[in-house]
Amino acid sequence: MVGSASASPRGEDTFPKILLHNAKVLGTRTAFREKDFGIWQSWTWSEVCEEIRAFSIGLKSLGIEAGDKVAIVGSNRPRLYWSMVAAQAVGAVPVPVYSDSVAEEMAYVLGHAEVKFAVVEDQEQVDKLLSMSEEVPTLKDVIYDEMRGLRDYDHTHLHSYESLQNKGRELQAQNSSLPREWEEGFAGGKGDDVAVMLYTSGTTGRPKGVMLSFDNLAVSARNANVFDHLDETEEVLAYLPMAWIGDHVFSLAQAFTAGYCVNCPESMDTIDVDRREIAPTYFFAPPRVFEMLLTHIMVQMEDAGKTKRAMFDYFMKIARKVGEKILNGEDVDAKDRILYRLGELLVYGPLKNRMGLTRMKVGYTAGEAIGPEIFRFYRSLGLNLKQLYGQTEASVYITLQPDGEIFGDTVGKPAPDVELKIADNGEVMYRSPGVFVGYFKNDEATEKTKTADGWVHTGDAGIIAENGHLKIIDRAKDVGKLNDGALFAPKYIENKLKFFPNIKEAVAFGHERDMVGVFLNIDLTAVGSWAERNNVNYASYQELAAHPDVYSMVESHVDQVNRDLSREPMMAGAQIRRFLILHKELDADDGELTRTQKVRRSFIADRYAPLIEALYDGSKTKHVRTEVTFEDGRKGAIEATVEIRDMEPHVPGKDYQEAAE
Amino acid sequence: MNAFATDMTAAPDGVSETAHREELLRVDNVSLSFGGVKAITDISFDILKGEIRAIIGPNGAGKTSMLNVINGFYHPQEGTITWRGKERRKMKPYEAASQGIARTFQNVALFKGMTTLDNIMSGRSLKMHRSFFWQVIWRGPAEREEIEHRRKVEDIIDFLEIQAIRKTPVGRLPYGLQKRVELGRALAMEPDLLLLDEPMAGMNLEEKEDMSRFILDVNQEFGTTIALIEHDMGVVMDLSDRVVVLDYGKKIADGPPEEVQANQNVIDAYLGVSH
Repeated sequence: MVGSASASPRGEDTFPKILLHNAKVLGTRTAFREKDFGIWQSWTWSEVCEEIRAFSIGLKSLGIEAGDKVAIVGSNRPRLYWSMVAAQAVGAVPVPVYSDSVAEEMAYVLGHAEVKFAVVEDQEQVDKLLSMSEEVPTLKDVIYDEMRGLRDYDHTHLHSYESLQNKGRELQAQNSSLPREWEEGFAGGKGDDVAVMLYTSGTTGRPKGVMLSFDNLAVSARNANVFDHLDETEEVLAYLPMAWIGDHVFSLAQAFTAGYCVNCPESMDTIDVDRREIAPTYFFAPPRVFEMLLTHIMVQMEDAGKTKRAMFDYFMKIARKVGEKILNGEDVDAKDRILYRLGELLVYGPLKNRMGLTRMKVGYTAGEAIGPEIFRFYRSLGLNLKQLYGQTEASVYITLQPDGEIFGDTVGKPAPDVELKIADNGEVMYRSPGVFVGYFKNDEATEKTKTADGWVHTGDAGIIAENGHLKIIDRAKDVGKLNDGALFAPKYIENKLKFFPNIKEAVAFGHERDMVGVFLNIDLTAVGSWAERNNVNYASYQELAAHPDVYSMVESHVDQVNRDLSREPMMAGAQIRRFLILHKELDADDGELTRTQKVRRSFIADRYAPLIEALYDGSKTKHVRTEVTFEDGRKGAIEATVEIRDMEPHVPGKDYQEAAE
Repeated sequence: MNAFATDMTAAPDGVSETAHREELLRVDNVSLSFGGVKAITDISFDILKGEIRAIIGPNGAGKTSMLNVINGFYHPQEGTITWRGKERRKMKPYEAASQGIARTFQNVALFKGMTTLDNIMSGRSLKMHRSFFWQVIWRGPAEREEIEHRRKVEDIIDFLEIQAIRKTPVGRLPYGLQKRVELGRALAMEPDLLLLDEPMAGMNLEEKEDMSRFILDVNQEFGTTIALIEHDMGVVMDLSDRVVVLDYGKKIADGPPEEVQANQNVIDAYLGVSH
């Protein structure tokens, strides 16, 4: 029985060994697909094994040694995934890096990791590496996947993936014992060897290199496979940054341990089409992706004909009423059940097909809180979307929502083999087989994060609810107090704001201040579509953001958030008193967001200091000039006069009033 | 500096090579007039195989007319054009096309209602050999031929990174992308000489950078000779091997970019000195 074997929690301990095992027992099953020239090209496990072996032997001929670090830079491509395992097979450690990071960021990571080799996607990355020769003195050879534009470069220390792989094949042809020697080379590899180094995107300070062992990854992956009954028949779409732990686990660790197929999209712009064609059975996306999909559908429905819209509205009402109950296996009366079936035929089915989620068995969202409305929308369609809570340091999994136990405001129960506790200061701590080995060249940080007996500080403040589910409130260090002593949890407020489709990003201020003030970014897709329907003309984000009607619309959202906050005893004191809409979109290129699109609060506070001042000095408008960085490192500036609006707070809920008196 | 970078700086220098290149096209003493208006007066220059040749000049200098002469749309009253060593008689644009000259236009000239794929496919029509009859039947050889062409077109789509708009009608695309599709259609002809009429007009900085990259890559990967008209001097100086400057239909300078840039006639023409 192949299926049950691959989904068992035990098995080979390193990925090269798992590869050999898969090539043997799943040899003819498709392991990787990539859309190229408009056609899905595929490789079976035994073909992948041959590809990796040839490349690995080619790498060895370059003089790669055990312990060397190999940078992997590029978008999701089979060859880049293979290079990671090829490097592991010769004892080297792959270091996947965010390919869209600006040169300075990347140089720091590569220099810190002391990479000797780099496998990159194309000319863009080669040029980037060339420009950072000072910061990365250890770099010896660079291997690229795509030849284009590189023909005239000097190839002494630059190699094409293909040429290196061909060299590996030639060497094997000359020496027939080479494949066996290659296998013997990693046969002695142990589970506690370092498998990969991933740099955390670093909401604060410089990124840290998280060292994960084969055991960390393989055990966590196998546990997750068992938890969600994943086997070699699954299909996933690999489209999230390869340097992110999530992708590493879903598209490599879990794929190898379960033996399922990883599909690489044609380009970053074709993901929607590619997903529709593949229809993944196991799908992971940050909340942002689900939000975008929903926004698209809603925008298109606005433009649809009357009949279609009426049908959509009617059946979505049915879905909201009974969809989740049916998914959770609860009792629903016969009439609704029949209507839901009809809805599946007429609305939900086509909708899921449109989103490419028809075959989805399990879907996860994590990284940030997802809007309850959005979450419910997908679940009511019958999609088993769940939340998880994880970290790079934990090899992803800390808590997971078990099937049938889905609550919008909690992130689930501890994953298999994970122990969870809340420290005295409210910080969530965990211990699991996935706990990282340590931070590379940073023992101080390792000691600060990981206790001697293996507990890890998450840095998040949370509570364990009565039903055993974990609820995350905020970053432990971000939770602060207003001057009047009221609790101020910025992320809590920001998430409430971001649940409105019109608001893309929010940054709240208030710690050690008299009141809460907020920066907002509008969502250009949602507000742009609204503008089109209401004949509002605009030329740029900046112009739309400053439009009085947009301000009024956003004001009503902020008011709604205040009303919600006023009902919660803990939060009622931290209602939003003033807000402004920023004149530019927060952007990772300007350092305002991390590469995983999380807000870098302290950086923004610095950069927009004049605006914060204006929030608190009572002025109605403020003129600002902001420097922006283009992707190639050049700088420009935008200027604007930003309007600031005052908000009337709501009277706190009755319970709270009594408690206060 | 690491070993990887030191060696890289020794990459061969492209400009000095032009000296040994053979001539692809030569224009001798060409004059063109419309009624009494002289568009081009006595212009001579050559285009070498494998180079990027820029034609610049102020508005109305006769640049587009020059391109139209090269691809056979206009017939000059005087002078000769030598294409691949053979002097060329009156030639129609489609004859020029079948002999390996492709072009893009100042104002995008695509089939707006057709998809990107079909637009680029239309660039292959000169390479289709099966008769109309076979193409209608679409079996056997015609089918095989179409698959072969589709493969070529997919190469171009991949090259220009327009996979995401493969099936989008071009009328719905933003201007910058339409320009890229137009370049794709010209490339589908696998031309020896590619004429680009203001490939970057109306583009923003990022689109210009992309387009420059594509032009360089086309030149390098396919070895296509390129003659381009462009107003953005930064682009011209960076891309081209040699520049010919026109003003009021006359040639006022010809040479490598840095030389042309320093030429007093050119500076006068651009800054406007009374004639």
